[in-house]
Amino acid sequence: MQKTIKFASLALAATFILAGCASSPEAAAGPEKTPDKLVLVTHDSFNLSEGTLDKFTDETGIAVDVQASGDAGELVNTLVLTKDSPLGDVVFGIDNTFASRAVGNGVLEDHVTPELTDAESQYLLPAGSGREQLTPIDNGDVCVNVDHEWFADKGLAEPVTLDDLVKPEYKDLFVTPAANSSSPGLAFLLATIAKYGDDGWQDYWTKLVANGAKIDASWSDAYYVDFSGPSSEGDRPIVVSYASSPPVEVSEGETVAPTGALLDTCFRQTEYAGVIAGTEYPTAAGKLVDFLFSVDVQNDIPENMYVFPVNAKATLPEAWAKFAKIAENPFVVEPAEIDANREAWVTDWAAIATP
Amino acid sequence: MGDRLGGDRHTVTRDRVRPAPGTTIAVVLGAGVPLAFVGLFFLWPVVSMIGRGILPDGALDLSGFADVLTRPRTLRLVGLTLGQASLAAVITTLLGVPVAHVLYRLRFRGRRVLRALVIIPFVLPTVVVGVAFRTLLREGGPLGFLHLDGTFAAIMLALVFFNIAVVARTVGSAWENLDGRQEEAARVLGAGPARVFATVTLPRLAPAIVSAASVVFLFCSTAFGVVLVLGGAKFGTIETEIYLLTTQFLDLRAASVLSVTQLVVVVLVLLIAGRLRVRPGAERGTSAPIRPTAAHTGTIVVTLLVAVFLALPVVTLVLRSLSTKDGFGLGNYVALGTTGTRNALAVPVWVALGNSLTIALAATAIALVIGLSASLVISRRPRSLGLKRALTGLDGVLMLPLGVSAVTVGFGFLIALNQPPFDLRSSPILVPIAQALVAVPLVVRTVLPALHGIDSRQRESAAVLGAPPWRVLRDVDLSLITRPVLAASGFAFAVALGEFGATSFLSRPDRPTLPVVIYRLIGLPGGDNFGMAIAASVVLAAITVAVIALVERLRVGTMGVL
Repeated sequence: MQKTIKFASLALAATFILAGCASSPEAAAGPEKTPDKLVLVTHDSFNLSEGTLDKFTDETGIAVDVQASGDAGELVNTLVLTKDSPLGDVVFGIDNTFASRAVGNGVLEDHVTPELTDAESQYLLPAGSGREQLTPIDNGDVCVNVDHEWFADKGLAEPVTLDDLVKPEYKDLFVTPAANSSSPGLAFLLATIAKYGDDGWQDYWTKLVANGAKIDASWSDAYYVDFSGPSSEGDRPIVVSYASSPPVEVSEGETVAPTGALLDTCFRQTEYAGVIAGTEYPTAAGKLVDFLFSVDVQNDIPENMYVFPVNAKATLPEAWAKFAKIAENPFVVEPAEIDANREAWVTDWAAIATP
Repeated sequence: MGDRLGGDRHTVTRDRVRPAPGTTIAVVLGAGVPLAFVGLFFLWPVVSMIGRGILPDGALDLSGFADVLTRPRTLRLVGLTLGQASLAAVITTLLGVPVAHVLYRLRFRGRRVLRALVIIPFVLPTVVVGVAFRTLLREGGPLGFLHLDGTFAAIMLALVFFNIAVVARTVGSAWENLDGRQEEAARVLGAGPARVFATVTLPRLAPAIVSAASVVFLFCSTAFGVVLVLGGAKFGTIETEIYLLTTQFLDLRAASVLSVTQLVVVVLVLLIAGRLRVRPGAERGTSAPIRPTAAHTGTIVVTLLVAVFLALPVVTLVLRSLSTKDGFGLGNYVALGTTGTRNALAVPVWVALGNSLTIALAATAIALVIGLSASLVISRRPRSLGLKRALTGLDGVLMLPLGVSAVTVGFGFLIALNQPPFDLRSSPILVPIAQALVAVPLVVRTVLPALHGIDSRQRESAAVLGAPPWRVLRDVDLSLITRPVLAASGFAFAVALGEFGATSFLSRPDRPTLPVVIYRLIGLPGGDNFGMAIAASVVLAAITVAVIALVERLRVGTMGVL
């Protein structure tokens, strides 16, 4: 039997060597052809209305094949791991917490949409962390949310800042997803790191935990099981969620949102698109990136992905315009710094928050 | 036992029969197809992924082993993984065996429905079960007074909840095929029920029990969502650490070391299980289930308690699925025809259900072909020690996918299957293949005990009478294992239907499966999405029960053949 295995593996190896030789000359082809199809690699939260991507096909004759590859972190790792034989031509969904890793590993071509204006410059990444490679597409603030009704019933003033969360009057009222298993959980940790600094955040978290903060594994757990909001089961009125969560809690016909986001506690997650290094069709791929920034797609983003479009020309849906708030000064941590310290921060955090 | 011939004659007969030409080819094919399948779709991807960690630039770098394995944290992770999986396997087995007895040996109305219901937890998405358990257990919840939220005990409860079906079904199918006359004889000779069970039944059931327990151990050692959600992110296992290292930190060196550790643990467990799983004597019973009597009170009580335990989270889910903003109603189910509040989904939930069914059907077919051919080969008893070992090895290799991280396999697919003729990374066929990898071990573990139970003299007589090997296979082996094969199909189908880990990594956005859609819905704010996720889970459970019940009916239909 062993011989059979050996033979089989030899045969397999031979096939690959042959296949490898056969396909290499193609890569060095001359002028770029227009492809029939581009592969858009993205994360599993990607969603647009039916027909939106067809507009790109109508304009260019190029079909778009969407491939999802796990969450934002898994997406970037997928690109890094498949660098030698890329999965597709365009990537969407790299966020500011993973941008540095993608750029550092050289998985992206230089291309940023020429349509960018000063209005969107705030979303551009620093040089070396994606300024030349990544076009901002959407953003969402991870903020502490509060249940207005709960606080009104109790006659307790709502918290406003991160400092408030460690005050005795808010003991046992706060729940957050964990930084080591949830992306909003990590974003909230980054907000506290930005606010209290490299040496101060550990102390803040110690106080937060001492004040009865509950750590859940996932966002769904924190939001649906422990939060007291209208669509939740729990009894804690303060939760880490998104700035876009309150608008979706407003029932039809209501004029007051039952929950709200605390805009002084936010960390901004911006998602980017870029051309994958090694694509045979960099020009066409660049056009698809530009298309994702176009008003057609940008208008379609909020209702489908629960995040804000970055394009200043995009129009927000009515409920969003009314109930969704954007933080004016969200906390910022440089992408390169996140990439360098992620493991250390998360490990230290776990020691404090989930002993 | 009365129809058994003496051992001596048995040997004599066997010696006289020469293996027919073609048998060797059949065995090589039978072993080769499953080996090629596991080799290509499991071993190769996993080895490639581990290679990225320990062969970073083509040069072997084993420094990671010394570094990672000496960290106190690693030792803790390994300890917790072993402790959690063994404890869960023991508890699940202790509770599952009485359930197997009641559901497969006693005759009462509704037992077929109960058999199908037991499998519900097995297909429910972990995130949904996590929510259901936590809704019950959280402080202020209906069971909050137990103070179990975020404890090790809560993880145990959930692991047992998920895996009771494995024990009940694996042991149950074996029990069904036991010859009841031995028990009768013991009873006539004056042994009490407990003694009959301990001295007559248990030894013969032991292989099936060990099989089931080892499968449960493997499932629990790679449990991921359950451990995080119910343990409140406090408890880390090898699996959660591999996930963190691979998906968050991209620390492939440390992840590879842990993957190897995971493999070593799995292989050790399989070796121990193989030792314990002493082959039963040739036996096949036709005894009909019996009416419950006072002597069965013990197992019936345990089964009732288990039923309540299994039902509680399920009932919680059903109630939650019926609660809408406007009170109780079917609103969440009606919404399944849509794409969710504010267009949360790419396709309506019903379409996802259709995808799930098609893909699970394909996965079941693959798992049956691979699992059956492997089982037929493994069930042969070659006299050469080397061949015997090779067959045990094949058995073990097929079990490995249960004990290795879905993250390692998932990323492994992406880096290994990237060249023609196996450039399958974006091919929809990978989804049923990944699901089949998990289902094959269940097929083998259900079918193999029955094949072992076939008296090899039946094959030999057929051969002596001039039947060619394929006819022996068809008329003896296959006709005698119809029931276990049907049981295995139902099981494989359920596993494929509920699989999420690998599926979420490989499924295409325009063709999501039901579990993928459920995860997406439950990850979005807004009451309707949450309600829809719960309703979709109830639908998933109901469909599974319906399919399993249907298969149970088929099994009744085949009684005549047997």
